[in-house]
Amino acid sequence: MLGTIVQQTFNALTIGAIYALIALGYTMVYGVLRMINFAHSEMFMLGAYAAFMLLAMTVGDVGAAGAFALTLAFFGAILLVGGVGVGIERLAYKPLRKSSRLAPMLSSLGVSLALVAATQIMAGPQPQMFPSFFPVTRYSVMGGTITSVQIGILVAALVLMGGLYVLVNRSRLGVIVRAVSENRPTAQLLGINVNGAISLVFFAGPVLGAAGGILYASYYGIMSPTMGAVVGLKAFTAAILGGIGSIPGAVLGAFILAFVEVGGTALLPLLSGGYLGTEYRDVLAFAILILVLLFRPAGLLGEPVSEESMVYKREF
Amino acid sequence: MAVAETISAGRSRVHPAIAWAVLAALVALIAVTPFLPNYYIRVANSLMIYILLGIGLNIVIGYAGLLDLGFVAFYAVGAYTYAMLSSAQLDLHLPLLAILPIAACLGAGMGILLGIPVLRLRGDYLAIVTLGFGEIIRIILNNMDWLTGGPQGIARLDKASVLGVEIARPAEIYGLLVVTVIVAGILVWRLERSILGKAWAAIREDQDAARGVGINTTTAKLAAFATSATIASIAGVIFAASQRFVSPESFTLQESVLIVLMIVIGGIGNILGIVVGAAILILLPEVLREFSEWRVLFLGLLMVVLIILRPAGIVPRSLGPDKLIRGLFGK
Repeated sequence: MLGTIVQQTFNALTIGAIYALIALGYTMVYGVLRMINFAHSEMFMLGAYAAFMLLAMTVGDVGAAGAFALTLAFFGAILLVGGVGVGIERLAYKPLRKSSRLAPMLSSLGVSLALVAATQIMAGPQPQMFPSFFPVTRYSVMGGTITSVQIGILVAALVLMGGLYVLVNRSRLGVIVRAVSENRPTAQLLGINVNGAISLVFFAGPVLGAAGGILYASYYGIMSPTMGAVVGLKAFTAAILGGIGSIPGAVLGAFILAFVEVGGTALLPLLSGGYLGTEYRDVLAFAILILVLLFRPAGLLGEPVSEESMVYKREF
Repeated sequence: MAVAETISAGRSRVHPAIAWAVLAALVALIAVTPFLPNYYIRVANSLMIYILLGIGLNIVIGYAGLLDLGFVAFYAVGAYTYAMLSSAQLDLHLPLLAILPIAACLGAGMGILLGIPVLRLRGDYLAIVTLGFGEIIRIILNNMDWLTGGPQGIARLDKASVLGVEIARPAEIYGLLVVTVIVAGILVWRLERSILGKAWAAIREDQDAARGVGINTTTAKLAAFATSATIASIAGVIFAASQRFVSPESFTLQESVLIVLMIVIGGIGNILGIVVGAAILILLPEVLREFSEWRVLFLGLLMVVLIILRPAGIVPRSLGPDKLIRGLFGK
């Protein structure tokens, strides 16, 4: 029993860390542009594909890549996807900055559709094996089994999130991003480079999302052009749960969601006497989201909703 | 601003010749379609089901300004109502005319059920909660095997019939759809111009001001959810009757998003715009069928380009049906 609890806790932490990496991208973009970026889930997918492509280019046999090649592929891929993110913002969202709030959101849907289709055309629509980025060793902790892959994912995610924390809270660039996030017109009046801040967010978000994608693919050993949709929706839910626009909120929401999912998988059939199967864990996740929003309409750590930013006023 | 737009729109009219040409083209198109091969009629049927869904969703998004991303749930309610009441699933074989009012009531009920908890939410939070609602409905349909047939869905539905006339072949379904779309279009267009429609416009423009001038925003919002859900539910019934098969695959988040896109690309808040948006998003993939996976790439890029070129939609809100009608009768 204790072993199961330890094992499930580690499963939840691993999934939660990946969700958090992706949720951060949603929440930062929302913070500066008040926009739901549906194409973000594709950054997650592109991360895995870019890493795979880089590996295939540097070493012939992807499965037998050494530590150096893997590290190179990991960082190469996340930087590449970061660049893609900046490019997409320039081409597809920037021209829409002054139009209705619905327009960039739908533009991002178009981008998402096009990216999935382009990946399917170039790499084939079927799922592909993905190499593990960490040597696989199993450890027995208090009767439960955890793997080195899980530990690697947790460490990598924590390092990346720590990096983001330092960037946002301790650096000059972070001050700029926070200023733009707080109040864009005022930031502009104060001479802050708003476009630079937005580009930075559209670089950092996809970098973290792509890292999430590589970690996810190496956790499950598989990648597919449509892998972004489900995980992206979960991460987005996590960002909303924590309070969209809030960086600590996204991390908190991601871990809560992961624990609800893992707990739901284990407990739902038990508590309902087998009537509700594990398939209902997503119902549970969404039900919790709806409940939280009913009592805290801005999410767990979100700022109280300001009228001006939330109403789709004079926009249709 | 919208009020000013309505007034200016009220004074102008489309040139009579253009208005008559548009009307003649529409009538000719509607009249010719049933004589085309079945493939074309099926495409037209699918187009009209989406127009019907667009008309319904437009009430919530275009008129009341509430972003609903779980709209497909109501469509599913209608489709599964027909599937359960007119197949061997529950061994009930009710006629179409008995199912339509049941589905309409269930749809309206579900609309209100979703409406009540989300009344306090606005903007993006409303969008995500409705999205969650849509997903919950889909997961339930996928897993309540004893009632919904699970992922396999319900097959071999009865052929629909109205007053003894069988409606099963594409051309017959086409007739049913033409009537339904025209009736729904006229009703909703009149509704927009009614006092309730003006309350919706007021909520869309400024909810607090609307409340300030004595509009009961709660009732008006619930009415918007209920009306749009009813239309979606009826569209679902016709969809199920024409496919004679339902499964959760038809009711994914992508469908909800497609309907929102139709409305925005066509021109939000405008019934004519919905027809244009649906035509682009439903007919284009059919035309590009032979390019298989390239068409999705093309569609995605086209969406981005269209939204950047015309963020407010192809047909402006001011070019509503009113203008065309004034053009016809020269008022």
